Amino acid sequence: MNFDFADEAPKLAMLLYGVVAFVAVVGGLLLLLDVVPARLARRRQARIAAAVAAGTPIEPGRRRSREGLFALFFLLPTVLMLGIGLVIPAIRTLVLSLRNGDSTQWVGLRNYGWMVDRPEIVDILWNTALWVLLVPLLATSVGLIYAVLVDRARLEALAKSLIFLPMAISFVGAGIIWKFVYAFRPAEADQIGLLNQIWVWLGGEPQQWLANPPLNTLLLIVVMIWIQAGFAMVVLSAAIKAIPTDMIEAARIDGVNAWQQFWRITLPGIRPALVVVVVTISIATLKLFDIVRTMTNGNFNTNVIATEMYNQAFRYGQTGQGSALAVVLFILVIPIVIYQVRSLRRQREV
Amino acid sequence: MTTTTPTRAGATAPPTIAGRVRRRLNTRWATAVSIVIAIVWTIPTFGLLVSSFRPENQIKTTGWWTFFADPQLTLENYEQVLFGRSSSAGQLASYFLNSVVITLPSVLFPLAFAALAAYALAWINFRGRDWIYIGIFALQIVPLQMALVPLLSFFSQGVSVGGIDLLPAWNLEDEQRFIQVWFAHTCFALPLGVFLLHNFVSQLPRDLMEAARVDGATHPRIFRTVVLPLITPALAAYGIFQFLWVWNDLLVALIFAGGGDETAPLTVRLAELAGTRGNEWQRLTSGAFVAIVVPLLVFLSLQRYFVRGLLAGSIKG
Repeated sequence: MNFDFADEAPKLAMLLYGVVAFVAVVGGLLLLLDVVPARLARRRQARIAAAVAAGTPIEPGRRRSREGLFALFFLLPTVLMLGIGLVIPAIRTLVLSLRNGDSTQWVGLRNYGWMVDRPEIVDILWNTALWVLLVPLLATSVGLIYAVLVDRARLEALAKSLIFLPMAISFVGAGIIWKFVYAFRPAEADQIGLLNQIWVWLGGEPQQWLANPPLNTLLLIVVMIWIQAGFAMVVLSAAIKAIPTDMIEAARIDGVNAWQQFWRITLPGIRPALVVVVVTISIATLKLFDIVRTMTNGNFNTNVIATEMYNQAFRYGQTGQGSALAVVLFILVIPIVIYQVRSLRRQREV
Repeated sequence: MTTTTPTRAGATAPPTIAGRVRRRLNTRWATAVSIVIAIVWTIPTFGLLVSSFRPENQIKTTGWWTFFADPQLTLENYEQVLFGRSSSAGQLASYFLNSVVITLPSVLFPLAFAALAAYALAWINFRGRDWIYIGIFALQIVPLQMALVPLLSFFSQGVSVGGIDLLPAWNLEDEQRFIQVWFAHTCFALPLGVFLLHNFVSQLPRDLMEAARVDGATHPRIFRTVVLPLITPALAAYGIFQFLWVWNDLLVALIFAGGGDETAPLTVRLAELAGTRGNEWQRLTSGAFVAIVVPLLVFLSLQRYFVRGLLAGSIKG
């Protein structure tokens, strides 16, 4: 009960430095770009005036190159940060994945071979496959069903907020929320976890849900679906509302029932949004780290690629193997993106 | 066309009673299903919220649903988890402050840099513009896992090529490590930020820009006086998005902030508590709620902007 604000002063000082640095960098950049060209322009005007007075031909303007200069300074922070923070590190990771644990020797593709050889890593790849298969499919389905059901219903905004809310909750928070749902108490004690209580009411024995593979991975997948369904619902709901009303009217008049209307009009109408949602959720799922780490820390055979990558690179000091796992993650993202680009292009042609 | 008119009238007039009954059944069924989904989606959070206000011995021995039969409320859990000094308490007040210190600059920097870059890519003519845009756009697909190991060694060991030191190590200690976290978050946020803001900036009317140019306004001036006021909603949307991302992030903080109470944010501390004190539910429930409450408030009050930004980013893409 003795929280001391004085102990926290250095942090607030750092925050102050950070904000000052922000003002200095961004303000300074804009000021520089404002003042320097104005001065240059004045000097050029003076030169032109002098040239006119002396009767010499006026040299052609250099507006074009100055545009380039502006662009350079506008883009400089972004390009610099991306270069240092993303491009060069990504290339280095690629190189490191071909070197050994402490990056002193070339080992060729041995780090990739290691993944296929070790049964525990193969399990991890299978777990990730299960995640990427189930989460986009189920989260999108729930989101779509809900979006269709509450469309133009009473209290639509409230109903949507309820599903959308988990989007604001961190994966760590969601992990704790669901860990509590799955909590276990021995059979003789009262259950505190909702799932076990329901299970007991139905006549079952209390289970250590998170310790039983492969069920535990499925229960972790539920958490991700819980978070992502809201995203799917919002995007798909907007797409549904964008379907022209006269199309729906026409279908109604032709005596189409709700079921047919869904399959023949709604679904084709929201296809582009559907592709975007599935792709976005797939990529997020592939990179998933927080839920597994918070809820089981990868124990009981629940590991996925991202958690194992963290373990290898930052806990076991196996930089080579960790980097190789990161590269695999990257490679797995590529076909998903290609699929998105292709299907969006096909839609634009139609 | 004349042949269809009678069928239309026929379709709507006679079977109305049967149709109306069926439609009402449909709506009733639809309402039931949507209510079930809404309940399933809300109950876990609700259970956590209720539990966080229950006394410790009750949380640990009875389910939160028994609360309604025997309501007992306390703020003890929150006091302990925020300000308690024993090592088993959360000391979350300190971590809460860390989250704030991490988040503010990590939102401001990418916002400003992305807005500048988006303007340049949309409205300044220069060679190679399309290539730079495509490059930044493509970087969106690089998982941040690809950058973690080298970026950390960049901070801790500097850069040396062939034994020659190009850049020294940053050697940041304690509170200074916030700088690493800001830097990392800014780098990872930029591809999406530039893409989102470019979507908005490039759709501003061309006449407006040309009028400003004819008036002799330079690019920085147009950016400040014309573009910035017009893209405020987009900036808000991206700002909220980035705020939620940074506040809720675990991986970046874990690697670049370390685990100490000088720099680690709430998420890192909570994950640690969930791991080492997984049965101390009085701490976990209240702690989780401390971490959730700020993004929840931001989200609820600014939901409109957030949704707009989400749609702009995902559908136009």
